[in-house]
Amino acid sequence: MRAVTWQGRHKISVETVPDPEIVNPRDAILRVTSTAICGSDLHLYDGYIPGMRAGDIVGHEFMGEVVETGAGSTLKKGQRVVVPFTISCGQCFFCERQQYSACDNSNPSETRDASELMMGHAMGAAFGYAHLTGGYAGGQAEYVRVPYSDVGPVVIPDDLPDDDVLFLSDILPTGWQAAVNADIEPGDTVAVWGCGPVGLFTIQAALLLGAGRVIAIDHFPTRLALARKYGAEVLDYTEVNVREALDEMTGGIGPDACIDCVGMESHGFTVDNMLDHVKAKLYLGTERPHALRQAILACRKGGQLSIPGVYGGFADKFPLGQLMEKGLTVKSGQTHVQRYTGELLDMIRDGEFDTVSLISHHAPLEDAAEMYRHWHDEQDSYTKIVLKPGLQKGAIEAVQEMEHA
Amino acid sequence: MSYFTHRTNPDPFLLAAAGVGLAAAGVGLALWQRRRKADKPAFPTDAPHWTKERKSDRALFGKSLLVNRPREELFAAWDVKRFPEFMENVVAVEEAGDGISRWTIKGPAGREITLVNRITETAPGESIFWQSTPDSDIANSGEVRFADAPNGRGTYVSLILAYDPPGGTLGRLGAKLLQREPEVQARRDLHRFKQLMETGEVTSNASPSARASETPTQPHI
Repeated sequence: MRAVTWQGRHKISVETVPDPEIVNPRDAILRVTSTAICGSDLHLYDGYIPGMRAGDIVGHEFMGEVVETGAGSTLKKGQRVVVPFTISCGQCFFCERQQYSACDNSNPSETRDASELMMGHAMGAAFGYAHLTGGYAGGQAEYVRVPYSDVGPVVIPDDLPDDDVLFLSDILPTGWQAAVNADIEPGDTVAVWGCGPVGLFTIQAALLLGAGRVIAIDHFPTRLALARKYGAEVLDYTEVNVREALDEMTGGIGPDACIDCVGMESHGFTVDNMLDHVKAKLYLGTERPHALRQAILACRKGGQLSIPGVYGGFADKFPLGQLMEKGLTVKSGQTHVQRYTGELLDMIRDGEFDTVSLISHHAPLEDAAEMYRHWHDEQDSYTKIVLKPGLQKGAIEAVQEMEHA
Repeated sequence: MSYFTHRTNPDPFLLAAAGVGLAAAGVGLALWQRRRKADKPAFPTDAPHWTKERKSDRALFGKSLLVNRPREELFAAWDVKRFPEFMENVVAVEEAGDGISRWTIKGPAGREITLVNRITETAPGESIFWQSTPDSDIANSGEVRFADAPNGRGTYVSLILAYDPPGGTLGRLGAKLLQREPEVQARRDLHRFKQLMETGEVTSNASPSARASETPTQPHI
C-alpha cells in the first residue's frame, strides 16, 4: 500500500510499504477514506518530539471502512468508523476511570521503558506518533491496523459525510476537553490562545458549555476570521498588548479561564520567545511556552488554566510563583477521546458544531509531502488539510476562498 | 593584532594540577557523604527490600504492577503451561516433577541457557518461591507475590528475582544492552502478563513501516 512516512526533520515522503495484518484477536483493518494532518504532526515535522524513527508511518486523525476483523472485534466489514487517536484497552485502571489517554496496556513492553524513563510513567499509545507512545503505524495510509477495535472506533451512520465526523478522531474532542477542563461557569470570560483547529473547536465548545464570552488570540487573519465566525471576540497579538487588552475587557480582573491551544512552538517576537528559539536551535531545550507564560500572567486570581497544547519535556522561565500566588487550577493532558465521542457525535447530528468550514484543502495522499510544507509554511491560508487516499495525484482542492477579517 | 589573537596555550602543569584538585574534591565529597550516612542510624524502612540502595551481593530486583483482575484468578493463571504466552524469552518449560522445572531461555547473542528451578514454597493465592538447583546454568532464586490492591482496584503482582550474573556487573551491563538481561526480560514479561490478564491479548505494535528490516506482524522497538 501507499503511506505517508516520516524520514527526518522536514522530510516527509509517500512510500510503498507492506499492508497491515491482523495481529491480535481484537484488531481490525480499515481502508482509510479520509485522514487529516494535525498541528501536532508539525511537532514531528520540526523534529521536536523525541523517539521518531525514519520510515515511521504518520497520521493520527483518520476514518475509513472496516475491511477485516479479528475474532474479538465487534466491528463488521463494510462499517464506516472514525478512530480515536488514542489507543486504549478499555479494561485497565485508567480506562475504567475513562482516563483513556493514560491507558496502561496500549504502550507495548518493547517501547514503554524509554517512555517511563522520560515521563516517570509510560504514556498510553497513539497512532502515528513517536515510539514513546507505542510506535504504531499511523492512518495517513491506504490501510491501517486498529488494535482494541471493540473499544475505540465510532460507527458512523451512512448519511453523515466524512468531513462532518472526521474530527471526532482528535481535534473536536480535544477542543471539547479543553473547555471541559476550564470548568466554565455560566457567563465566564474564557481566553483562548491559538486559533488553529483545536483552538477553533475550543471556542465553539466553550460557548456551548455556557461561556459568556470567548476572547481568541492569534495573528493569522484567516484563523482570526474563523474564530470570529464561531462566536469569539478576537485579538491579533501583533497589533495589541494582549494582557492589557484582556484586563481592560474584564474590568481589570482578567479572564476566568485561560486555555493554551498553542503548545510547544509559540510564535511571537518577544524576548522570552527569542531566547527559547536560541535554546531550541542549540539543542538546549525543546519547549517554547510563550503563550502559556502569558496565559498564566493574564488569568484572573483563582482562575482556571487548561492546557490542551502539546509539550514535550522540560520548560524553563516558567512562572511558577505566579501560578501559585494567584491560586490557579491547572488541568491538562492528552485527550480521553473515547470518553466524549458518543455525545459529540450526537451534537454533530444536531448541528451544534461547525466541523466543516475550517477545512481549507482536500488533497490526495500522494501529495502529502507538499501538503506538510504548506501546513508548516502557510498557516494563514492552510487552516486544515484533509488527505484522501482515493484522489489522483495533483487533484488538490482548495475548499473555499477564505474571507479575511 | 591584539588581545584575542595573543591567546597562549594554558600551562599543562596548571591544567594537570586543576584536574588532580577536582578529582581530590570529588573523592573527598564521596567520602564525606559516606561517613555522613554511616553516622546516621538507619531508621527501619517500610519500603520493599528491593528498592533499598544497597540491596544484595547478587543482582537483585523487583517489579510490582497493578493488575485489574481478582487475586485468585491471577494466581491460577501464573502457571508453567501458560508462561510461553507472555514470557517472550522462554523457549520451553518442562516440568520434571517434585516442583522442579527445566527452562530453556534465550540468552545474549543467540545462545540458549538452561535454568533448573525448584519451587520451595507455595502459599495458594498469595505467593510462590523458587530456588535454582546445582544443574542450573545460572544460580537464581525468586518470588512472585499477589496482594489485594485497595478499594477493589485489583491485585498488586510483584516479581522479585536474584541471580548471579555471568560475567559479573560488566556481563550484566552487556546483557542489558543486548536486551537479554533477566531484569529487562522479567519486567517486560510482567507487563505482558498484565496485558494478557486485563485485555485477553499481549499488546503488539506490529504494523507496517518503510523500514525494510521489519515486517507488519513483528513487534519493534
